[in-house]
Amino acid sequence: MKYLQDIGQYFIMIKNIFRRMTKASVLRQLIFKEIDDLMVNSLGIVVFISFFIGGVVTIQTALNLNNPLIPKSLIAFTARQSIILEFSPTFVSIIMAGKVGSYITSSIGTMRVMEQIDALEVMGINSANYLIFPKIIAMLFYPFVIAISMFMGIMGAYMAGVLGGFISGEAFLSGLQSDFIPFHLAYAFIKSFFFALILATVPAYHGYYMKGGALEVGQASTTSFVWTSVILIIVNYVLTQLLLS
Amino acid sequence: MIKVNDLHKGFNGEEILKGISTEFYKGKTNLIIGQSGSGKTVFLKCLLGLFTPEQGTIEYNRKAYSSLSQEAKRNLRTEMGMVFQGGALFDSMTVAENVMFPLRMFTNQKKDEMMERVDEVLKRVELDHAPHKYPAEISGGMQKRVAIARAIVNKPKYLFCDEPNSGLDPKTAILIDNLIQEITRENDITTVINTHDMNSVLEIGENIIFLQKGVLAWRGTNDEIFKTENEAVTDFVYSSDLFKKVREAQLKGL
Repeated sequence: MKYLQDIGQYFIMIKNIFRRMTKASVLRQLIFKEIDDLMVNSLGIVVFISFFIGGVVTIQTALNLNNPLIPKSLIAFTARQSIILEFSPTFVSIIMAGKVGSYITSSIGTMRVMEQIDALEVMGINSANYLIFPKIIAMLFYPFVIAISMFMGIMGAYMAGVLGGFISGEAFLSGLQSDFIPFHLAYAFIKSFFFALILATVPAYHGYYMKGGALEVGQASTTSFVWTSVILIIVNYVLTQLLLS
Repeated sequence: MIKVNDLHKGFNGEEILKGISTEFYKGKTNLIIGQSGSGKTVFLKCLLGLFTPEQGTIEYNRKAYSSLSQEAKRNLRTEMGMVFQGGALFDSMTVAENVMFPLRMFTNQKKDEMMERVDEVLKRVELDHAPHKYPAEISGGMQKRVAIARAIVNKPKYLFCDEPNSGLDPKTAILIDNLIQEITRENDITTVINTHDMNSVLEIGENIIFLQKGVLAWRGTNDEIFKTENEAVTDFVYSSDLFKKVREAQLKGL
């Protein structure tokens, strides 16, 4: 029953976000601030993790390919497919659920605890629009972050594979280009778009409707991370079934 | 003026406000007092439109809030200023930005005009030396003054304060009380203050209502509250040792 109530309340919140818009000049500033907070400030961790995971995927694949009949270019092919199809869109999103999601829940939750959301409502401002709409717009840039993650993942794979002596540069580039299906990129970006909406709204929901004090803000952040991850995994499965099968 | 008729509000089947009817006057400091759990905050949130009452009406200037269109409700809210118990200042904004916030949201003034008004209001609350400080860098009393400045910057017709001097030392608390009373008189606005501070009652209680378990148990002024025979009120008023001694002295004719 509680879950049904939460789902209903979540969709009411989504409706309220688009109900009464904040003044355009104020909204513009808020959107730029959110792009900086949510996207630009996440680039460092995304680049770092993508680069090293790309490298690790390559090393593990190379070490497991002992059969001389299997071409070495398969290492690059495997790295590309893993990074584009799953690692960059899905696992970076789970990392982002921890980074961006916790930030959104705790910042909105703290505003709730400190009565700042009540202050906005008393002033006649649609607090859901003021607080959450700029985050949704900022998260629309998320596919660009995923594109950077893919690039850095493949760079990491190249460095680990070629500089580590597992594969030659020519074989890597050949494997990288072999059997490339452009729709796989479209699939990854479609997923990223849906994940962006989840990353903006599910943590916002947990912050916006939280009750209690400082301790509850921490609990809400944890709950938000768990639920955002669960929803990401479920939506990932559904989208994969719909788009690839 | 604000007029409340037979206001009822409950949560999860428990009735918190049980038919409150009263009036809050323009140009006066109207106080809502009562023990913790008496329904003061719920009543104030009903007045602010944050809670919707189950029964009864709240009239602002003879117009029932519930009968207003969404647009009219929004407009009415821009005529309200609120000072929250903790200040509710936006941490990421400076003092000046906090005060400017309602102007940015609801007016089309240029930045210079807004700054002029912000300077004027900050001067009024004696904070013109700290416009670039952040809320975390100023004292609790200063935060309350910033909250008052933000509440009055857009020239509201109604000012609501939820325990404006809680957590402050007695001297600063009196300063805040006096500031609110002066602003009320200067601007001829309807001010409603939710408090359980007896010093505030003494200092600025021009129209006091006493709530007990969600019922309006007494109504009067700061002069009348010390003469009333209402047992619930006397229990509340003389609960502190200081006021108890004053009462004993009064009874002894000292």
